[in-house]
Amino acid sequence: MTIYGTAILAICLLVGQIAGVLLGRAIGIDANVGGVGIAMLMLIGVTSSLQHRGRLVPATQNGILFWSSVYIPVVVAMAACQNVRGALAGGAVAIVAGVAAAAAAFAMVPVILRSASVVREPADGVHGEA
Amino acid sequence: MRIQDAIESVIADHSFVAALAVMGVVVWGSHAVARRFTGGRIHGSAIAIAVGLCLAYAGGWATGGRKGLADIECLAGIGLLGGGMLRDLAIVATAYGVRMQELRNAGMAGGVSLVVGIVIAFVVGSTTAYAFGYRDAVSMTTIGGGAATFIVGPVTGAAVGAGSDVIALSIATGVVKAVVVMIGTPLIAPWIGLTSPRAALIYGGLLGTTSGVAAGLAATDERLVPYGAMTATFYTGLGCLVGPSVVFVVIRSLVG
Repeated sequence: MTIYGTAILAICLLVGQIAGVLLGRAIGIDANVGGVGIAMLMLIGVTSSLQHRGRLVPATQNGILFWSSVYIPVVVAMAACQNVRGALAGGAVAIVAGVAAAAAAFAMVPVILRSASVVREPADGVHGEA
Repeated sequence: MRIQDAIESVIADHSFVAALAVMGVVVWGSHAVARRFTGGRIHGSAIAIAVGLCLAYAGGWATGGRKGLADIECLAGIGLLGGGMLRDLAIVATAYGVRMQELRNAGMAGGVSLVVGIVIAFVVGSTTAYAFGYRDAVSMTTIGGGAATFIVGPVTGAAVGAGSDVIALSIATGVVKAVVVMIGTPLIAPWIGLTSPRAALIYGGLLGTTSGVAAGLAATDERLVPYGAMTATFYTGLGCLVGPSVVFVVIRSLVG
């Protein structure tokens, strides 16, 4: 049934978020450290093991795929809830710092990508990755 | 008048359903514009996100509130649809079908990009603050945190004892960054090589703003979303960890 897939997804998110909060507490901060990321890894693990045993029937998959397919409208709704006016009214320092921080991070993407692929090249060769 | 009352009360009672309808229309209209007027060169999702941001501005202008369109009473459902709960559920769902191998291959680079990304944000944010005359360690660290994400800023500010005006500024900085990432990512993606899962993992760690990364990748190539979101989700937590501690101590030793 479709709800099985959605329930798997929901349980992964809840367990991941709890783990994220506990991880935050463990390192002494009142914030969620990687809860969503942990949930994603759990979902990958759980679904691939179910698939392996032939237990992931199409109806169950649909319960997950539905939520991944409404991702775009959810993100558009998220954009529509940002305090855009407040941010622009924040003054020049907020605009300059925000734009500069984004630009500097964009500029680093090719730098790290290049150094990562230099390190990874031999390993990829050994594994025979396409 | 009677009819208008009836419509208003039904929409107010069904504000989540109304949100689904509004978002469907926005996404459909954006894809139609992308096809017809840009020949598909600009991604329909990129236009939809830009429309969402414009609507958020209009909502803030009309109501004076802080939640964009969701402050308009009969559109409050958009706040639920676009809030953290359903956004996280949808992000996790995108991980379905991700290949574990891709994650393992870029795992190390993802970790490095997280550290580099947080350092860059604090350096850029605090130097900008300094240039604009915020020259005490507390304000510089708080605005630097805002340049990381709009959550790191206020968390850091509260921890180091910043005033509410500086904290508000750090939130504004974080929102500006998120907006720039949402709009800028699809435009800049070809130039920075943002075309593979590995690049998306690095990008997520460097930029860190979950909302910016989530929307930026959606507007660029939907298949890259889970990889970028995976690393970005660790960024805010790490930023909150190092901001009030290591970063604050370093900045205080530099500016006295």
